[in-house]
Amino acid sequence: MSSVTSPPRGAAPATTARKRGLRRDGFWPWLFVAPLVGGVAVFFLWPIVQTAWFSLTEFGVFGGTTFTGLDNYQALFQNGDLYKSIGNTLIYTVITLFNVPIAVVVASLLNTPGLRGAAVYRVLYFLPYVAMPTAVAMVWRIIFNGDFGVLNYVLGWFGIDGPYWISTPGAAIVAVSIVGLWSLIGFSVIVLGAGLKQIPPDLYEAAELDGASRLRQFRSITVPLLTPSIAFLSIVSVIQGFQMFDLLYAVLGTTNMNPTVFDSMSIVYLFYQAGFVTNEKGMAAAIAMVVLVLVALATVVQFRLQKKWVHLD
Amino acid sequence: MTDLITAPTRAKAPRRRPVGPRRNNVWIHLVLSIGAVVMMFPFVWQILMSLSTNAEVQSVTPHLWPEKIQWGNYAEVFRQLPFLDQLRTSVVITVIRVLGQIAFCTLAGYAFARMHFRGKNLVLGAVLSILMVPSQVYLLPQYQIIKDLGLLGTMTGLLLPGLFSAFGTFLMRTAFLALPSELEEAARLDGANPFQVFWHVMLPLIRPSISVLAITSTLWSWNELLWPLVVTTNSDDMPLSAGLATLINDRTVNYPIVLAASLLATAPVLILFIVLQRRVIDGLATSGLK
Repeated sequence: MSSVTSPPRGAAPATTARKRGLRRDGFWPWLFVAPLVGGVAVFFLWPIVQTAWFSLTEFGVFGGTTFTGLDNYQALFQNGDLYKSIGNTLIYTVITLFNVPIAVVVASLLNTPGLRGAAVYRVLYFLPYVAMPTAVAMVWRIIFNGDFGVLNYVLGWFGIDGPYWISTPGAAIVAVSIVGLWSLIGFSVIVLGAGLKQIPPDLYEAAELDGASRLRQFRSITVPLLTPSIAFLSIVSVIQGFQMFDLLYAVLGTTNMNPTVFDSMSIVYLFYQAGFVTNEKGMAAAIAMVVLVLVALATVVQFRLQKKWVHLD
Repeated sequence: MTDLITAPTRAKAPRRRPVGPRRNNVWIHLVLSIGAVVMMFPFVWQILMSLSTNAEVQSVTPHLWPEKIQWGNYAEVFRQLPFLDQLRTSVVITVIRVLGQIAFCTLAGYAFARMHFRGKNLVLGAVLSILMVPSQVYLLPQYQIIKDLGLLGTMTGLLLPGLFSAFGTFLMRTAFLALPSELEEAARLDGANPFQVFWHVMLPLIRPSISVLAITSTLWSWNELLWPLVVTTNSDDMPLSAGLATLINDRTVNYPIVLAASLLATAPVLILFIVLQRRVIDGLATSGLK
């Protein structure tokens, strides 16, 4: 850190420290990091390089690869499935992002001084986050069922004729998004709860003395001071949204059973389909690279935007 | 405890004050409990339907309460599905992964936080760079490696890549960075070697962070879907997460039994969480602050 601010002064102690360190630690550090770094290199770093290479090749049916340049990408970008899947992924990401404002309200209500049972509420809101996605998917399938689902039954009370959620193209992705939203709220409530603890209570006392209403306090103190947590959650939520697979697979099923899956595919589902169902590995690798670029873009854009609205003290 | 603190202030405060907040709290409780009911509804529905008959689940007017509680559905889970095999697989891969991650990540995290060696920042940067890469990017080659090793469908193949975690390393490094250096220096002066310092002095001090790592890796390993789906084809070899997902695609199985199986599969993690909730909540909360 000091070497960054004052290079001439900082640099000298750093090198001597390192030299001393070398003498003191010897081979020990390498012994400590070897198992992890070895595993990471073999199972993560090298595979990243390989996927980049795979995306430029075509896999032969009997093994072996041929270099095909950008053919996979060209085919991918000419195919409507990519855009459909990106569109679905975006719908899912946007709907699940609503977990953050909902959680802001829940967390600030939970933060009411002297509120009884706050811990119990926190647990109840958090349970969906820990539950196995494929285990809760089954009951959601039943809730969403067009014939005997309880959701359409309840909608019926209001005179709404609910769709066949899981087998109607547009409705299916909304159904999956609702499940995603449901599972994320608890995590956000907890992260925001920690953010709220950081806000000094005297700010509220001062506002109270100035006669600010609770709503006003929420708008002018709580929300601005929570923006770092809100920013963190939106980034995490978007990254997870872009990689959505489990819920879609578990709620909608596979293509051979539910034809809607084709229309509701997320981009990772498209990857899975190409890589492990239809066995076009080169194409799957190209899709993986597209996911990588999209996630990177989304993260950079969010970091840029953050500077505009995140409150830093 | 809370009564001791609130009682005197309540007595001292002007009469008007306690009435205000308490009246507001009724509304707060109302909003929060409506939310809690919505959040819990799927679980409650799942329990009720798992105790019903298949006909009741599929009746057009929903049966809130089963006519006769069908405890037998839970026995059928073990009779009709390879549930015990899948449960065993889930338990074994989760336990080994959690232990592996703790061992590898604490060692590496300690070296990255507390030791000096040439190229440290480069190696650390390489490891942490994975955090930003979506898992699909390394999935295909991982599959290829496991296939080439002849490990498809085996326990080893299932658990292998999950032994190593960049997130865990980051978490452990942060924990070690926060420790004071006096104890460590004292131990070194006493002639302890670096491993002894790590094992006897430093490791016990980061126990809370280790439990956070244990909890998050348990959750992740127990619930993971894509990897098991890719490396197993036979449902007997699958962990529960993948086993249930394939079950859903099988039209012949009846609803209450699948629901009972789902509940049994997710129950261990839910119970673990309820027991350890303070730890989990504190751990996740701090991970979100950084």
